[in-house]
Amino acid sequence: MPTAVQFYNELEEHGFNFFTGVPCTIFKSLIGHLEVTGKYVAASREDEALGICTGAFLVGKKPVLIMQNSGLGNSINALCSLALLYEIPILLLISWRGFLGKDAPEHLYMGKSMLSFLKEMEIPTYLYEEDGALEKAVLDLNRMKKPVAVIVKNEGIK
Amino acid sequence: MKCTEVIEAVAERLQQEIVISANGYISRVLYNIRDRKRNFYMLGSMGLASSIGLGVALNSDKKVVVIDGDGNLLMNMGTLSTVGGMKPKNFLHICLDNEQYESTGGQKTNSWSIKLEKVAEAAGYLKFGKIASVDGLDEYWDAIGPVFLLIKIEPGGEKGDRVVHTPIEIRNRVIDSV
Repeated sequence: MPTAVQFYNELEEHGFNFFTGVPCTIFKSLIGHLEVTGKYVAASREDEALGICTGAFLVGKKPVLIMQNSGLGNSINALCSLALLYEIPILLLISWRGFLGKDAPEHLYMGKSMLSFLKEMEIPTYLYEEDGALEKAVLDLNRMKKPVAVIVKNEGIK
Repeated sequence: MKCTEVIEAVAERLQQEIVISANGYISRVLYNIRDRKRNFYMLGSMGLASSIGLGVALNSDKKVVVIDGDGNLLMNMGTLSTVGGMKPKNFLHICLDNEQYESTGGQKTNSWSIKLEKVAEAAGYLKFGKIASVDGLDEYWDAIGPVFLLIKIEPGGEKGDRVVHTPIEIRNRVIDSV
């Protein structure tokens, strides 16, 4: 399990240089690190963050969108009619609340459905805990020019 | 005022600016009046004109002009708070308000009861206001942003052809020109 700084450094080594999103407890330390270093744009909704990432990409940035999986629900249209339509590569860091049905009730439906939603949209998806997840995601982002999701479970980042 | 009249006035002033135009008739009218590489025409993703513009403005020295509509703005009014919080100096947000969803048949929005320029003020835009004639545009055009300008327009009028560029062409034209 990496610390937030290690996780950030790994992202930076892959060239990611713009960060926005809407928080999740699972990303508390990562967003905290980004805030302290002045690298984070706090969006009000996840689809708005997709718009911000798209604009950043148009002028040369490699954007990362951090969100709770509940925010995937807010993002579906922006994914389909903006990021997928215009082929915008964005790294989606999505927390997995509701994993295995063990969580607060509001997370259970999305926890169960998240991977299916991503699969239906043909968004490549990797579990961060698996070896080389970020490397694979970066390859896909460069090759396919579309959003790619990396899923982080509870306690995935120290 | 007519939509075409305002967009003509905006188009006349454009030089190096990057324009984000809202989906629906706004992109279509802009395309027909002055198609240029630095126009990012939204085709879908209603509500995100200002957020796309914000992403550009935060990462570029170039001025960004967002041509939004009332339905678009109301859909993601939270973005006003993000713009107000980040305060990009190079951000001009124009809202063309016809008080309806014109491209889906003229259903009413609630913008008739909302002072959108006051919402922008409350959200932290540094300059904000409403004009009744395009003669007032210059005062806002050169102001330090974020700037919000509300322009009430009449529904109807000539829209012209649909944007012929594919989404990928729209994207690449912007990327290649900046």
